[in-house]
Amino acid sequence: MDKKLGVYICSGCDIGNSLDVDKLIAVARDEQKIPVCTKHATLCSAEGVGLIKKDIQEQGVNSVVVAACSPRVHFDTFSFDPSVFVERVNLREHVAWSHVSKDEDTQMLADDYMRMGITKATKANPPKPYVENIAKTVLVIGGGITGMTSALEAAKTGYKVVLVEKAPVLGGWMRRWYKQLPQNPPYKNLQDADIERTISAVKTNPDIQVFTSAEIDSIAGQPGMFDVSIRQNGKAITQRTGSVVVATGWKPYDAGKVEGLGFGQFPNVINNVMMEDIAVQGKGQIRRPSDNKEVKSIVFVQCVGSRDKNHLPYCSSVCCLASLKQASYVRASNPDARVYIVYKDMRTPGQYENFYKDKQADNGIFLTKGDVAGVAENPDTSLTVSVKNTLIGEDVSIKADMVVLATGMVPATDSSILNLQYRQGKELPLLKYGFPDSNFICFPYETQRTAIYAAGCVHQPAESRACKDDATGAAMKAIQALELETRGAAVHPRAGDLSYPIFFMQKCTSCKRCTEECPFGAIDEDDKGTPKPNPNRCRRCGVCMGACPERIISFENYSVDIVSSMLKSIEVPEEDEEKPRILVLACENDAYPAFDIAGFNRTAYNSNVRIIPVRCLGSVNIVWIADALSRGIDGIMLIGCKYGDDYQCHFVRGSELANRRMENLKEVLQRLVLEPERVQVKELAIAEYDRIPGIMDDFLAKVTELGPNPYKSF
Amino acid sequence: MAMTNDNKSVCVIGGGISGMTTAIEAAEIGYEVYLIEQSPSLGGRVAQLNQYFPKLCPPQCGIEINYKRIRINPKVRYFTLAEVERVSGEPGNFTVTLRLNPKYVNEKCTACNKCVEVCPVERSSSFNYGMSQTKAIYLPHEMAFPMKYVIDGTVCQKDQCAKCVAACPYGAIDLSMQPKKLDINVNSVVLATGWSPYDAAKIDNLKYGIYKNIIRNVEMERLAAPNGPTHGKIVRPSDNKEIKKIAFVQCAGSRDENHLAYCSSICCLASMKQATYVRSQYPDADIYIFYIDIRATGRFEDFFTKVQADNKITFIKGKVAKVLEDSQTNDITVVAEDILSGKKIYTTVDMAVLATGMVPNGLTAAMPSDIVYDEFGFAVSDLQTPGIYATGCAKKPADVAGCIQDATGTALRAIQTRVGV
Repeated sequence: MDKKLGVYICSGCDIGNSLDVDKLIAVARDEQKIPVCTKHATLCSAEGVGLIKKDIQEQGVNSVVVAACSPRVHFDTFSFDPSVFVERVNLREHVAWSHVSKDEDTQMLADDYMRMGITKATKANPPKPYVENIAKTVLVIGGGITGMTSALEAAKTGYKVVLVEKAPVLGGWMRRWYKQLPQNPPYKNLQDADIERTISAVKTNPDIQVFTSAEIDSIAGQPGMFDVSIRQNGKAITQRTGSVVVATGWKPYDAGKVEGLGFGQFPNVINNVMMEDIAVQGKGQIRRPSDNKEVKSIVFVQCVGSRDKNHLPYCSSVCCLASLKQASYVRASNPDARVYIVYKDMRTPGQYENFYKDKQADNGIFLTKGDVAGVAENPDTSLTVSVKNTLIGEDVSIKADMVVLATGMVPATDSSILNLQYRQGKELPLLKYGFPDSNFICFPYETQRTAIYAAGCVHQPAESRACKDDATGAAMKAIQALELETRGAAVHPRAGDLSYPIFFMQKCTSCKRCTEECPFGAIDEDDKGTPKPNPNRCRRCGVCMGACPERIISFENYSVDIVSSMLKSIEVPEEDEEKPRILVLACENDAYPAFDIAGFNRTAYNSNVRIIPVRCLGSVNIVWIADALSRGIDGIMLIGCKYGDDYQCHFVRGSELANRRMENLKEVLQRLVLEPERVQVKELAIAEYDRIPGIMDDFLAKVTELGPNPYKSF
Repeated sequence: MAMTNDNKSVCVIGGGISGMTTAIEAAEIGYEVYLIEQSPSLGGRVAQLNQYFPKLCPPQCGIEINYKRIRINPKVRYFTLAEVERVSGEPGNFTVTLRLNPKYVNEKCTACNKCVEVCPVERSSSFNYGMSQTKAIYLPHEMAFPMKYVIDGTVCQKDQCAKCVAACPYGAIDLSMQPKKLDINVNSVVLATGWSPYDAAKIDNLKYGIYKNIIRNVEMERLAAPNGPTHGKIVRPSDNKEIKKIAFVQCAGSRDENHLAYCSSICCLASMKQATYVRSQYPDADIYIFYIDIRATGRFEDFFTKVQADNKITFIKGKVAKVLEDSQTNDITVVAEDILSGKKIYTTVDMAVLATGMVPNGLTAAMPSDIVYDEFGFAVSDLQTPGIYATGCAKKPADVAGCIQDATGTALRAIQTRVGV
């Protein structure tokens, strides 16, 4: 379909007071040759929008340039038929509100933004989605309380589920629990674990197919179209599923690794999982392993392994509550029994404080803060626990029949779980201590493998109530991924985006940069190294596009050519005019809004700066830098999110990759006899808009010091 | 006026981080969602935070993504300055009656700010917990969503002034606006009504509201925020003096039979986070944290470890018994028993921050059947009224990630509700 552009310029909100709007029209009409070009005093009014709609209907305009406010406002006001491409030129926040009005430099800035917007609208098209036949089935790996909850919730919503459990029976750890924590107010009374009811609900649900004694041999393909090979009793079974919930749970930390506590050495030193077995076997009677003698005194040692930099640096979250629960077993078993709990901090958040208080009120339970120095066995097979740094200020020894070590939770990610047939590896990338994503507080289900979500104790140490909530959330995301993929739309954080990367394979040199750098493992490669894109794994960040030296990767509405053409449309004044030009490539989620907020606050910054939003700094292709420099632009700044351990980039590695690529660029610049300081990468959080004028002034001062770009006159 | 559904719709009451999440997650699956918020902007208390623990990143980054998700998704319809009067009907067929309070500013508002320039009346900024003023016509904050001004009808002089009406170039101000009723028909209802900081004035011994240099943790967030009353500079209220010594008083209300018997779950981490705010502005300041237990569960322990490594941050295990004020200097002396040493200790500081707990916000609307609450006012998750679900801090005190996880799961439960199910 032929492009027919219409350009609509608003003069409201100080735009008309600040700029010569007729000059902007001249840029569009005379210079850029766009005949359909109108101005309006309030373009967002019904009348203003009506003008645009009329041109779409009567003149066949199919690409609309709205030169008015930021695209972050009036999004629906300027949304038309999906076949109409809309480009917003931000004359309000980025020009009128942040630069001196009626000024030559401000006008030149606006003129350039008009050129860039028109160039983009000329080159970009509304995307056509990648649509395939999607299997609306969720694969759940792990048949404990988390996996079973995910399966039941997904089935209840109307989706098919394939549930794979390694053990011969469903139920996981909870099948071994004697009692569970109170699930309801007043949060004081223990409840039966009641796992059998859940197991039976799973087994009898016609939409859940259960494979026990089974493991995943391999998962090939892409979301919506995963070919899952399940190995059960030596037999391979193939299933097609659309998304995955990983609920493989946890293992108790090996208490034998913690020295001096006698685990594995003294029979009556046990861990908290063994304590459940004892309670179950004795039907609530707590008898010690060595001689089956009823336990009259017991010490719980908290944080065995947990909160210890030599073992598990994190807190396992549930051990305080578990020990309080097991303390009640002992007290119920023998009303005369004495229970000692030695802790660092008692962690019973939320309403579970009630449960803690209830145990504190029990005069047979003695709680003390302290560090356990060691456990020794006495000749009569009783045990002595030495405690230091207690609240009473002195070291104490406690003699007891049995010691329970509150061992922490280790996420079950050490063995092969998914066996993904992905070029970048078979499992979910792990963040820290064996836990997979998310690194985001705001999006706890973010993951580096599209449509694969972790839940329960493999995700974070948690008690069963929290596991069930997490399981439901993960099931939601797994289902949502299926629905989005069905429409050919991206999942979070660009949920709903219909564009996807298209590869022009004839020019590919099999350099493998795209397959290596994609943060989501979306691109595989064949034996020769030729990339094999998987659009349903893709998150549309454009990191592959930024990586490609041959520039063969493009989106319909975002490409190397589109941005190159935009920056080439900037008018660069001659050297003697002493008007340097700075190009800012800004992350559209954080840096770009920061510039908007600066504008909203009427914070002025240098008007030699031209901003182009990018999907992610990782999508910045080095050729843009080369093009900008050869055009005579004096300096280029990439502004994006924080990278490193606590990265804030929502595409995980985008800003880090951009930084690394710019390091490599420095050598290229030196060969061109251009100073590397002309290109900078800056981290800017969305809330740091106050820093913008300073950052721009400093960079301009640096660029001025270097002198004009020598390529200006070419 | 009534809006009907195509049998796949959810009404979410509360537009904070939990409510926004439930609404967006359900809409991205394809359901029609109505998001009801009583204040003029979506974002809730999270929008008032300076940084998240443990990453110390600005909440506005994720909120911007959520605003964008709402902006581009026509399935989310939101009503701000709106209250729910009643919910009637049954699962799969609820009628939610809304009262749309007058904003006195209509859809024509472009956020150009001309009205503010002429408005002669000031009001206390609720966004800044009363620590600054706005005009009677105002934008809640510079990232507000929707980006439309509103008039505080309780202070505006209306027709006696009307300067804004004359100043507005777009005819956006309508001082005669009246509340409107609106009925919406939905399959299910989600309560994401959130929390309020505990009324610290009720804690007699901590003198909040009496001694000027005693503030709450929510106010500390605003003091540290770039868009706060001091543009992010942490200074004490009495004289804007810089901070050399500061105390954090944990469990101010929480874990206390006379106030909130439960643990508010997040205050330990919030105070440690605020200690890092102080540290980044005052490299030499002495920081004291008075606590009962430090509750940094899961991987948050790393953050505790990091804060403990700062040798000018002192953790004192002991509940604060009382506070004293020097009438000359307005300095605060915190009196506590150090449980570890057994001694009564007196620590004089420039300012003390009370780690006040979370109180669940109640729902005043009439409901078709009783919602089950626990003794503290949190909605009980396992005993829900069919088709009506609570989420986030309406259910339990929780951190942001916990609320979002819960809200995501709640979205699934909400879309499972259909007629006859």
